[in-house]
Amino acid sequence: MYGFAMVKGLMVTLKNLTKKPFTIQYPEERARQHPRFRGEEFVWYEERCTGCASCAKYCPLGIIKIETSPSGSAIPQGDKYRLEVFDIELQRCMFCGLCVEACPYDALFMGSGFEQGQYSRKNMVITIDQLRNAEKHPSTWFRPQLEGYEGEASIRRGTPTIAQGDSRFTYDPRGGPPLGWREVGREAWRWHQREKAGMRLEQEVEAADTVQENVPEQGGNV
Amino acid sequence: MSCQLASDSVLYANGLYRVIYNLAGSFLPCWLAYVIAGLAIIFILVNAVLLGAAVITWGERRVLGRFQNRVGPNRWGPFGMFQPIADLLKLLTKEDLRPQGADRIVFALVPILMVAPLILLTAVIPFAKNTALASLNVGVLYILAVSSVSSVAIFMAGWSSNNRYAMFGAARAVAVLISYEVPVVLSLLGVVMVAASMSLGNIVEAQNLPFIIVMPMAFFVFLAGMSAELNRSPFDVAEAESEIIAGYHTEYSGVKFALIQAAEFGGVGVVSAIAATLFLGGWSGPWSEYLGWLWFLLKTGIVVFLFIWFRATYPRLRIDQIMAFSWKFLLPLSMINLAVVTLEVFFLRGGDGSLTTADLAIMTAINVVVMLISVWVFGGLIRDRVTFRTRQPQDVAVPGVPTIEVS
Repeated sequence: MYGFAMVKGLMVTLKNLTKKPFTIQYPEERARQHPRFRGEEFVWYEERCTGCASCAKYCPLGIIKIETSPSGSAIPQGDKYRLEVFDIELQRCMFCGLCVEACPYDALFMGSGFEQGQYSRKNMVITIDQLRNAEKHPSTWFRPQLEGYEGEASIRRGTPTIAQGDSRFTYDPRGGPPLGWREVGREAWRWHQREKAGMRLEQEVEAADTVQENVPEQGGNV
Repeated sequence: MSCQLASDSVLYANGLYRVIYNLAGSFLPCWLAYVIAGLAIIFILVNAVLLGAAVITWGERRVLGRFQNRVGPNRWGPFGMFQPIADLLKLLTKEDLRPQGADRIVFALVPILMVAPLILLTAVIPFAKNTALASLNVGVLYILAVSSVSSVAIFMAGWSSNNRYAMFGAARAVAVLISYEVPVVLSLLGVVMVAASMSLGNIVEAQNLPFIIVMPMAFFVFLAGMSAELNRSPFDVAEAESEIIAGYHTEYSGVKFALIQAAEFGGVGVVSAIAATLFLGGWSGPWSEYLGWLWFLLKTGIVVFLFIWFRATYPRLRIDQIMAFSWKFLLPLSMINLAVVTLEVFFLRGGDGSLTTADLAIMTAINVVVMLISVWVFGGLIRDRVTFRTRQPQDVAVPGVPTIEVS
């Protein structure tokens, strides 16, 4: 216990003294954040939202408040409600992401930020105007096709989905540009179908794809 | 009007004191010059201790951080150098609380009694050639006597706080201090014997070869004993924060707590200065006439680094392990060192009782061998001999599963 083992112990700490500290000086430096990080800034694409309130129904805490009124517009498919209120009470959110999973039209995405600290609980509620005006950096959580920026098109061409260093194929919510609703696309839904149909035959998947592809055009014509 | 300092005064050897005394004596009455020169030196020493405590606080946190692969405080000032100032400002603005039922006078007296011995200790340390405030001819004895006052202060803190954790800490501190006083004194006896003087100035001048090389065992015992007396890791059971909140200073806050912290870190600095003087050759070095203070500071810094290194390395010992370490390991080692050094001095010293550099080299060779053998022997003797048997032997006899025996 005592004796020469003490010298051995001293050498262990001396070895650590010569190593570089791995502290990250946070405000000046930042740790690399994973693109699938579930952050605080929800990203919402109003153009694709129909006001179905699936997110509000699936929320385990009931913190999403949606009020709608009927509207005659048909963007991008079928009928759509106009949204009056879309509040997310962030102070109670546990970032489980069930609202994002529930959205049938890929209108709601998890965000990527983690710096939404406020001095008042009232300020912690994300309102519809904030969601409209925020820069849209959607997290790729539950939308893995965003990591391969070109989505399914690149899979069809046989090109690699994620190419190192090529900004066309990689997307990082913290580093990349804000994405518009056309860019994030409806591929998410098709990609999800394909993932769920992993056990199905390839032909069936192709058939399902063709059916899905026709839908938005029909919807657009209504 | 010029004043003459008596050449047999303890202050006469201090060159800095004589300069100030002569300067003030040229236009002031002699008694006033005597007082003013003393106050000037005291002012320098008090500030040296307190500023040293601040620098050691910062340095310890930085170096400890690097030991643990962190950065340490780096926000205010270059390399976070002003961190102690920020800490002090924070502590000064805190409320000065006194627990209900506390002994008011003793409680308030403790911070003073903890800082005062440190400042007193600096009086005999030679910072450079002929720069000790008082070159006492019983310097080592003075150091041992004055440094023991801190244990009284610690017990007063524990007793007056009216807090059980403080009392636990104080009782532990006193137990540790009493145990470690003995090996420290015995290890210093060897130094005194080789230097043939108790004056710190003479001990520095006797070190043709630094005593850390001549008596490595004594240095080790001194360092271990002093880190126990300072309540530093690995012997910090008196203020073990994971067991008894903060030990004896649990109830202290505000400026009193700041003084206790200053005493703790200032104590590291003062003890390191003493160790540098006694074992590392103090101010001696190349051009020691002019650069003595630099060598002194450098050697003190090395010892401070050793203390921080020990703190970063060793986990806190149990109280029985601390007692065993003192009575079964350090005490035999210091006694062996004392016996060996006594014999060596008896046979090697010249006609006038002095030792040459060649004599010191012979002593070094013998002492290193003695140290290796005795550390090996006593390290083996005090090893924990605990055998863990979780099952009966017949139950353990499973083929392929070895019996676990820890010895």
